[in-house]
Amino acid sequence: MEESVSSALPLFAVGVSLAAVPLILWSRGRPNLREFWTLAAAFAKALIVLALLPEVLAGRTVECRLLEISPEIALHLKADPVGMVFALVSSSLWILTSFYSIGYVRGAGEKSQTRYFASFAVCLSATLGIAFSANLLTFLIFYEILSIATYPLVIHKETAEALRSGRQYLVYALSAGVVLIAAVAWTYNLSGTLDFRPGGLLADRAFEAADLRVLFLLFIAGVGVKAGIMPLQSWLPAAMVAPTPVSALLHAVAVVKSGVFGVIRVVGFVFGPSLMKTHGLDAILAAFAGATILFASLIALRQDNLKIRLAYSTIGHLSYIVLGMAMLVPEAFSGGLLHLAAHATTKIALFFCAGAIYVNLHKTEVSQLNGIGRVMPWTMSAFAVGAMGLSGLPPVNAFFSKYALCLGTVEAGRLPALAVLLMSGLLNAAYLLPIVHRAFFRHGGRELEGHGEASAWMVVPLCVAAALSLLLGFRPNALVHLFDLVLLGTRAVFPESVPFAGGGP
Amino acid sequence: MIGPQICMLIPVVYLFGALLVPLIGWRRGAAGWGMALAAAAGAFFFSLGGLAGVLQRGSLSYHLGGWMPPIGIEFVMDPLSAFLEVVITGIGLLAVVYTRRSVEHEIPDRLMPFSSLALLVLTGLSGMVITGDLFNLYVFLEISALAGYALIAVGERPASYAAFRYLGMGTVGASFYLLGLAFLYMTLGTLNMADLSRMLAVTDVSATVAVGLLLLFMGAALKMALFPMHGWLPDAYTHASSAATALIAPIGTKVAGYILIRVLLYLLGAGEKGSGLPLLSLLAYLGAAAVIYGSILAVCQSELKRMLAYSSIAQVGYIAIGVGLNSALGFTGAVLHILNHACMKASLFFVSGGLRLRLGHSRIPRFTNALRRAMPWSSAAFALAALSMIGLPPTAGFFSKWYLALGAIEQSRWLFLGVLLFSSLLNAVYFFRVLERMYLDRPGIEPAERPTSVARHEAPPAMLLPAVALSSALLVIGLGNTWIVDRLIGPMIPGGM
Repeated sequence: MEESVSSALPLFAVGVSLAAVPLILWSRGRPNLREFWTLAAAFAKALIVLALLPEVLAGRTVECRLLEISPEIALHLKADPVGMVFALVSSSLWILTSFYSIGYVRGAGEKSQTRYFASFAVCLSATLGIAFSANLLTFLIFYEILSIATYPLVIHKETAEALRSGRQYLVYALSAGVVLIAAVAWTYNLSGTLDFRPGGLLADRAFEAADLRVLFLLFIAGVGVKAGIMPLQSWLPAAMVAPTPVSALLHAVAVVKSGVFGVIRVVGFVFGPSLMKTHGLDAILAAFAGATILFASLIALRQDNLKIRLAYSTIGHLSYIVLGMAMLVPEAFSGGLLHLAAHATTKIALFFCAGAIYVNLHKTEVSQLNGIGRVMPWTMSAFAVGAMGLSGLPPVNAFFSKYALCLGTVEAGRLPALAVLLMSGLLNAAYLLPIVHRAFFRHGGRELEGHGEASAWMVVPLCVAAALSLLLGFRPNALVHLFDLVLLGTRAVFPESVPFAGGGP
Repeated sequence: MIGPQICMLIPVVYLFGALLVPLIGWRRGAAGWGMALAAAAGAFFFSLGGLAGVLQRGSLSYHLGGWMPPIGIEFVMDPLSAFLEVVITGIGLLAVVYTRRSVEHEIPDRLMPFSSLALLVLTGLSGMVITGDLFNLYVFLEISALAGYALIAVGERPASYAAFRYLGMGTVGASFYLLGLAFLYMTLGTLNMADLSRMLAVTDVSATVAVGLLLLFMGAALKMALFPMHGWLPDAYTHASSAATALIAPIGTKVAGYILIRVLLYLLGAGEKGSGLPLLSLLAYLGAAAVIYGSILAVCQSELKRMLAYSSIAQVGYIAIGVGLNSALGFTGAVLHILNHACMKASLFFVSGGLRLRLGHSRIPRFTNALRRAMPWSSAAFALAALSMIGLPPTAGFFSKWYLALGAIEQSRWLFLGVLLFSSLLNAVYFFRVLERMYLDRPGIEPAERPTSVARHEAPPAMLLPAVALSSALLVIGLGNTWIVDRLIGPMIPGGM
């Protein structure tokens, strides 16, 4: 049994950005003060998460049990290794996004900036709540809060297109929510508990195979909408109508990763590998994920709008993680967790670049990007790093996570999955690297003259994101012991195995 | 010390208040309103005292005039009726606070009679819940109904027609109920609830009793506006004055639901044994139909109050499903939903009245985002109550749905689970339609037509605060629902579940 420490820190980590919301609203007349609250909350959040790190690395979980919200089910937060990975990724990238947002909304002259920053803060609270949820009901509550808090950001521009995308987003997100409610209530009825348990809370019980399959599909439909598993993905490209920092943090990191994180919890902590294997649930999941990877990559090839292309790329990469979960072997599980972090740093860099190009040059289409590498060298270099990473080229961090995933597919003996991953690497290269080529090796039009880099508020964060991707590629354990955390989390779910016994990344 | 007299005090305070209002407010309507406020506050205080007493010492029973039941009339406060009394008197108090400004605006010079009638409605509703005698319940039912017809009739122009229709349907319902009582009395010789439940436990249900129960069910269902007997409700709620709707809509139909709970689950026993009447299943299926029908029609409405009225039909369906499931979880969900829906619907109707006061209308297509800037607090209260209606956590609405869903799954009744969840989505459709207009720019309007600056024009505090208080209460109820479920609803779960 795992040791646990009682502490209010997880609660603070969740609450600090929520506490910033009234302050942000209150100082709506003074933009500088308002942005100060956002930055203060972002740093405080990251520091609190870091403060949790030593305990978790020492193999203990940090718990905070609040009031009961249903008989025998409490609002219960718990920092375990898997949750810490997600919490570290989202809280640290929120700092970058906050700086970037300030540059972006001011540069682009966006309206309703107070609503924007306030909603962002609520989203981050909900994201950390999802990361630290210790049971399914707590998870469900934060999951729904995240759905609603993202809505004002999707419709931010309040154009007809934005409203349409917002409605579409709500239909998908709320439908997923009610499906998840059904799944959670059914789980409670079957097992009498909702507490996440490494190895599966349903694992040591006997069930009807058909029941279990339906329950699993309900869960996957519930979390699969945010995870962009096809055929539930179509809200995501539409939501690209939102301002770019929203696309960057929420639609590449927080919201969509909450869906993927939900898959991780469902596979590793609700059903558990052994139960999944006996009932053949892994094959269902793998089939959906594999198809999503291939289709999304193919569709991305055809998109001219840069953000939409990145959105389809996101859909594909989310399913890398889902595919990793479906393998049910430690290497692939670790690979999935690593890819959760790696895709976050690389994709956020790419989105930041797209936003910088839009604010600076008002260009949104890939075909307009000829020669901009000369004008915006830092931005496009960062873009190149991200593009290399997502194409699976070393030494960027996404290479290593993908390597681990590939190891996992071999270990699991699922060669079609390996083929899908390799194929997708090529397709990624095919839709991302030509952009780099255009930017640096083609000549741009005359309208580029006189333009330079975007403001430092935007360029510094995107360079930091790219640098992080490289640093974590060279040293996976740099800064926050991410790799150790991943191993701890994997060992909890697969207690009998030693991942990467034959030498890992 | 809380004695059994407190049972009787609640309706009596209302009744005497209703009589004193015309005396005090003869010349100045506002003074009459002050009297009504005092009576409503007193009743709320007594119901809280009653609840505390029931929690401490179990059920209280008071014999009117010292006559022992079954000859005399018995007032009983058990956990269920004490809980409902708090809901009724609480909403009643806030509604009376709200009344003054709203009535002065919508139906000038009618404050005094309005206050008096409002207290009479509350007399009837609180009496129905507290009495231990089915015939006495009928008397209170008629008091609340007659006062309710009058209250609804003083509204917009079509209100008198709506009230007439309500009168017709209501009288039919009450007659069914009375006829049912006659059948029961004929066979069993008593109408005291405690006696009835003891007798029904040992005797076989004869055909006469079965017919009586069926009539009783029909009468209560009609008053509850259970689909397909809901026809009177939308017009009545739409055309009545805002204050009347805000008083009747949150609690009126619930009290009819209480009759069904009392008769089907307590008197007949959870087993429904031997009666040969699948009344509980019928209730659940009608409830499911009501949920779908009400939600779909709510989506089609362009008048806010009418939309809320159809939504009430749907929400009554939730309660019917919960009761019809005939299990501890379903019962918990149903009773919790009575509280939740009372708070949500009262808040929503309070806000719609505020909109009528400030905008002069409450037609959804004419809402713009100027509304949010002019009335930020009203809009926020509306939004929170709407999220709760949709059933998003951590608001109260989520948790009643959660218990109902658990109850449906427990018995593998997937139809009801599907209905509950699907209706959340329909709720989302009709509430986001309003919220979108309230909060967002409407593309297609030329920038020149947009109001550049909107002056703050919030509803007056007496109309705003009740709405804000109830909407905030939704969060408190949501997070504290375990306390309510364990301490208040737990003791009232009928034996045998």
